[in-house]
Amino acid sequence: MSTSLIVLIVIALILVLMYNSLVAKKNQVENIFASVDTVLKKRYDLIPNLVAAVSKYMEHEKSLLQEVTKLRAEANKPNISDEQKIALDAKVSSALGSIMIAVENYPDLKANENVMHLQHTLHEVEEQISAARRAYNQAVTDYNNAIEMIPTNFMASAMNYTRKQVFEIVETERKNVDVKELFN
Amino acid sequence: MKSISDLTDFYYKNLFPTLEKLEADRKKLKEKVIIIGVIYTLITAFIAYNLSGYLDFILFAYIALGAIIYKFLVHDYTHEFKMSVIKPLVHAIDNSLLYSSKTHVSEYLFNHSDLFSKPDRMSGNDYVKGKIDDINIQFSDIHAEKRNRNSKGKDSWSTIFKGLFIISEFNKKFQGQTVVLPDTAQNTFGNIIGNWLQSKNMARDELVKMDDPEFEKEFVVYSTNQVEARYILSSSLMKKLLAFKHKSKHPVHISFIGGQIHMAIEYNKDLFEPAIFSSLLEYKVAMEYVKTLHLAIGIVQELKLNQKLWSKK
Repeated sequence: MSTSLIVLIVIALILVLMYNSLVAKKNQVENIFASVDTVLKKRYDLIPNLVAAVSKYMEHEKSLLQEVTKLRAEANKPNISDEQKIALDAKVSSALGSIMIAVENYPDLKANENVMHLQHTLHEVEEQISAARRAYNQAVTDYNNAIEMIPTNFMASAMNYTRKQVFEIVETERKNVDVKELFN
Repeated sequence: MKSISDLTDFYYKNLFPTLEKLEADRKKLKEKVIIIGVIYTLITAFIAYNLSGYLDFILFAYIALGAIIYKFLVHDYTHEFKMSVIKPLVHAIDNSLLYSSKTHVSEYLFNHSDLFSKPDRMSGNDYVKGKIDDINIQFSDIHAEKRNRNSKGKDSWSTIFKGLFIISEFNKKFQGQTVVLPDTAQNTFGNIIGNWLQSKNMARDELVKMDDPEFEKEFVVYSTNQVEARYILSSSLMKKLLAFKHKSKHPVHISFIGGQIHMAIEYNKDLFEPAIFSSLLEYKVAMEYVKTLHLAIGIVQELKLNQKLWSKK
């Protein structure tokens, strides 16, 4: 009688610990996504200034500027999902990267103090975004590992937890990093 | 900044007249140390022979008194050596640096780094302070010890840290605390158990798993903020810290607190001290002084601490 009771208590304890660790991992992901969101917003706030500063000079890249503005408007819509935010971030990163490369073709623009300041601010925000993204990816990896590995996977499927998406580094963004190095 | 080979040239060319004179002093001192050492040993042996019974006490006194006598004998030579070799070497690297042979990095700053437990006794010497590329840097030899009291009420001292302690301004702004320590758990117990043990370290903040596998193998990171730790430890800084660790060939402890980077390199010996029993002109001896100084002062350029981000300019 007493042994079966002990076994039951031990099992219950293990289940509680598993449940709690899964919830903690899910909350960690959400928690870090909040900081990702904050820095992404910081970057979106820079976009209007950037567009205003460069649009006078950039005749040939009008479509690029329109695209960034459009992406910003989309990102500012309420009720978009985390997955959509991740996808938008990738697009914005590559579009902003293209604008920065284009700036190189306009000597007047490159020398403009306002643009220079924007570039540096953007560079710093990018560093913060990159840090937040890496933190998020680690949290998601821990979470995904937990919901796929034995024994927590049984508990996770019972709790209806599903895999989450990580931020992928876009190929164009890798190139942008090199360009940014020039501003260092 | 001058390269190691430039400094070696400086050592052998510009310092040669001084070295020759010091070398003569060293030989005389060496003879003196040996003669006094032999006499001292003979006297002790004679006392021990006549007073059989107190052997452990005599041995203890022999070592303690011997160390004091040795320190006393080499004191003048050590001072001479530091002023005419180490000081010019520091100035050869950068003329604006200040050098003091007797002081060390303050205990407050050592404790502030949060790398080690609070020492009960701290000593050190060879303090260097100044600006490299407009970045404040200071470092010194440090020996931090802890007092252990045994059941009989006798004190003994154990070393917490012995080696080079460097503090420099960091090029990014941050609020929290991030500590990077040599990874002993993961090396001894493997990845899974090691990781679990690390995450259970109560004395430290949250464990931060880094995405550079090589870095993760050598170091363990604790921080008050997951995102900020990664903001500080960018991919390129992780690579640079790894390279620095390999270059120093000694365990490195690093912390980022209050806008500063603190680095403690465990040499487990007193650095920049003159060797009495080997020649000053020996390449190996010279290289050790040059390399250690170059390593410490070189961190500003090695870790690119001089490339400030916009907001810190």
